[in-house]
Amino acid sequence: MSALNSVILTLVTFIPLAGSLLLLLLPRRDRDIRWFALVVTLLAFVLSLHLPVHLQRDQPGFQYEVNLPWISSPNIHYHMGVDGISTWLVVLTTFLTPLCVLISWKSIHERVKEFFILLLILETALIGVFVSLDLFLFYFFWEATLIPMALLIGMYGHGRKVYAAIKFFLYTMIASMFMLAAILWLYAKTGSFDFVSIQAAIHNGQVEHFANAATWLFLGFFIAFAVKVPLFPFHTWLPDAHVEAPTAGSVLLAGVLLKMGTYGMLRFNLGLFPEQSRANAWWVMILALIGIIYGALVALVQPNLKKLIAYSSISHLGFVVLGLFSFTQAGLDGATFVMLAHGVSTGALFMLAGILYERRHTYEISEFGGLATPMPVYATFFLFITLASLGLPLLNGFIGEFLVLSGAFRDRAIYGVLGATGVIWSACYLLWMYQRVFFGKVTRETNQSLPDLDMRECVVLWPAALAALIMGVAPLIWLNAFDPAAQAILAPFTQLASKVVAK
Amino acid sequence: MNEVAGLQAVPQAIEYIRILPEIVLSIFGMVIMVLDPLLDERRSQRLLGAIALTGSLAAIGATLYQSQYPGLGFWNMVQVDPFSVFFHFLVTTVTAVVILTSYEYMQTQQIRAGEYYGLILFGAVGMCLMSSAVELVLIFIALEISSISTYILAGFRRRAAISSEASVKYFLLGSFATAFFLYGVALMFGATGSTNIAVIREKLSAGPIPLLAYTGVAFMFVGLGFKVAAAPFHIWTPDVYEGAPAPVVGFMSTAPKAAVFAVLLRIIFEARVPDVSWLIWIAAALSMTLGNIGALVQENIKRLLAYSSIAHAGYLLMAYAALPNNGIPAAMFYTASYAAMNVGAFAVVSHFAGAGERYVNLHDYEGLGQRSPVLAAALTVFLLSLIGIPITGGFFAKFYVFSAAVQNNLMGLVIIGVLNSAIGAYYYLRIIVAMYMREAREEIAVSPVSLGLGAALAVSLIITLYLGVLPGQVLKYASQSATSLVR
Repeated sequence: MSALNSVILTLVTFIPLAGSLLLLLLPRRDRDIRWFALVVTLLAFVLSLHLPVHLQRDQPGFQYEVNLPWISSPNIHYHMGVDGISTWLVVLTTFLTPLCVLISWKSIHERVKEFFILLLILETALIGVFVSLDLFLFYFFWEATLIPMALLIGMYGHGRKVYAAIKFFLYTMIASMFMLAAILWLYAKTGSFDFVSIQAAIHNGQVEHFANAATWLFLGFFIAFAVKVPLFPFHTWLPDAHVEAPTAGSVLLAGVLLKMGTYGMLRFNLGLFPEQSRANAWWVMILALIGIIYGALVALVQPNLKKLIAYSSISHLGFVVLGLFSFTQAGLDGATFVMLAHGVSTGALFMLAGILYERRHTYEISEFGGLATPMPVYATFFLFITLASLGLPLLNGFIGEFLVLSGAFRDRAIYGVLGATGVIWSACYLLWMYQRVFFGKVTRETNQSLPDLDMRECVVLWPAALAALIMGVAPLIWLNAFDPAAQAILAPFTQLASKVVAK
Repeated sequence: MNEVAGLQAVPQAIEYIRILPEIVLSIFGMVIMVLDPLLDERRSQRLLGAIALTGSLAAIGATLYQSQYPGLGFWNMVQVDPFSVFFHFLVTTVTAVVILTSYEYMQTQQIRAGEYYGLILFGAVGMCLMSSAVELVLIFIALEISSISTYILAGFRRRAAISSEASVKYFLLGSFATAFFLYGVALMFGATGSTNIAVIREKLSAGPIPLLAYTGVAFMFVGLGFKVAAAPFHIWTPDVYEGAPAPVVGFMSTAPKAAVFAVLLRIIFEARVPDVSWLIWIAAALSMTLGNIGALVQENIKRLLAYSSIAHAGYLLMAYAALPNNGIPAAMFYTASYAAMNVGAFAVVSHFAGAGERYVNLHDYEGLGQRSPVLAAALTVFLLSLIGIPITGGFFAKFYVFSAAVQNNLMGLVIIGVLNSAIGAYYYLRIIVAMYMREAREEIAVSPVSLGLGAALAVSLIITLYLGVLPGQVLKYASQSATSLVR
């Protein structure tokens, strides 16, 4: 398999893009286009499974590396590689995209070709973000996710879709400009965009004037990522984008796009600026806690199903940031696990919401009630995913949040205590929502005759439900992969801590 | 002047090669002017257009041939070096693309005038000469050749009052600006005793810099700043761009701009003039900010792109404030990718404008994504490139300019530039939003894309994307020519 190892990342990243180019050539027969998109995304998924299967657990550093010069001046390399954490984020992306194709099978009936082209381009850009080890390449893919996502929202969304698309675009674009400025500064001082060599240069103190600029650089990266996560108070674009986006857009937005932010913090903020991360951790953690509690409270009072899930994302992503900035093994492992678990379960929740929307064309919770009677299978899936999302033990939500909280406790007990209330809140808003939508008598006449899930919709939901179950029952499969990567990231922090002790 | 005394009285044959593209363009231009009155009015367009296209392609060939024979010519007045060859390529390619665009446009607008193509070729002569001239008076003459052609071209929509207004306005303000440039040349001559750039460099680096030289450079900068529509000399731009025929705007917002930027590079870096970077700093910051803010409220696409071109002049000037070894390649790359994307954008605008340029407002573009997916997709790529989104040339152009500025510790300018590009994203996005996310209010028929326009679009698209994916070759070439310039 060694022959595949050197090209696997390139293949996985660019197969969707190649597929989108081929789609351009296909005639406008919607059926063929859907099938073709499904085949391409499944192919990418199957290939991406190579990554975790052949990952060397005991070997630190990045694997499956490719490092080719791309542009000689400035010194930009086509440098890709993954560790245990990014491997699984890639798999999450390739796992969700075929489901997105399936969920859009019927709901997208106009401009079908453009839709799937955009979706495939988006997949390439998302994978690219997770595998890039050259800061320039990273920025390239990071920006490249913007256009297809904004177009998906603006062209295929509903309601105030244009407003939502522009807001999403401008918010994230402006924020990432600060990151660009920081990247350019690093390049000017080190002459390289290479993540590994810049990290080494900073670690060995070879970067001129680094001490003066470090806090600004940290902030430059941090703002770009915080808007993407989104961390309170940069979250206002998210509910708008989610509510107006088409289902597939929401699934990828919540499932993968938000993880770009937390992944960025993990890789770049923690990786390049350990001292500054430690110095700034207190306010970051407070913002994360505000996000957890505020997101949950706002979710509680949402009359709109999709908005409720959107705010729950803000709350869950708060856990990730909390775990990352606790600088503990448990915190980091847990944060990464929450990223994956949230991707699966919130992705599934958005798909479920989308299925309901296709039948009733509304997300208002008050429009429903007693749906368990006409749609028993749907209600079962919904309950299962809801339980997974609120962190029932043996399902995927539990272990990640548990680890994050134990990490936060170790850092400072009050953080853990406050964070733990978030778990309670999430049970409140999810179960209350479930009760209002599914239990009781059928309140509206039209809801009596709603058809239950059809074959295609079951095919979409089964993989997500199974993934939620397996992740809950056998979390070690994932945690074993995260462990060495998390240790590598934490190494400078333990050195810092021992320095403090020695003083 | 010992330098001049040592030269022979008659130029050698090889020296004619050093102005070969200019000669080729002039000959073809004159052929058009002579043939035009002889031909039947209805049939002349096709033939004259074809001659002009052949002329510009021949000029590209001549540039290729010329690049084998670098060196000075005509009593040290013109110089062929990688730098001039780069701009020759740029100008002649833009000329070819604009001629391809114009052909269809002239038919729709029912303008029958052969001299149109002649003027474009003559304008190109001036622009080519600007990039290879190393003598201030010759630069002035080249500037005038190119300017006078564009003054006339701007007024070519004779039936529209707004076009004549544009022409007169451009002419009056433009002559004023060239007068400034000439005055600057005179002052520089007073300060150094020569108008030759190499001699000026020697004189300036030999001893203390006289005050006259500073004034001279400042005056020249005013004249050139006007031509590239840099703030605070930008006031003419929106009106002229709005009135002038769309393909002409595509032409005059790229080729002469590139040529003038080439002159500016020569004067600033090759002549080693006294430090004027603070002047450029202010002009860059002002152009970016005023251009972008002005563009925010525009409803007319041509005016919007006019303000955008002011903003882009600002980004470009940023490279001039940076050090030569990074700034020059960055600026050259920027002119090339800006030319590709802007000519392309105006090609779409001129096709879509329809007879009498009726459809040039933002709301006319609503629903274009459905009515004409190909045109809309092409325009989207050009606009994304103007924003500076990856895999387009505009991205690397901005990137190089910003990183050149960072390397020269111009963090203030970089932050202004970064914030400006974020503002810029908004108004370009408005066009994309209109095309894809809004329904058409009235049914506007889009005529099918003709062969010429299709070719023009294809060339601009390919160059824009090529510069966005594989910028290495072009940048390497630009860096090499930069070393030849500052040697």
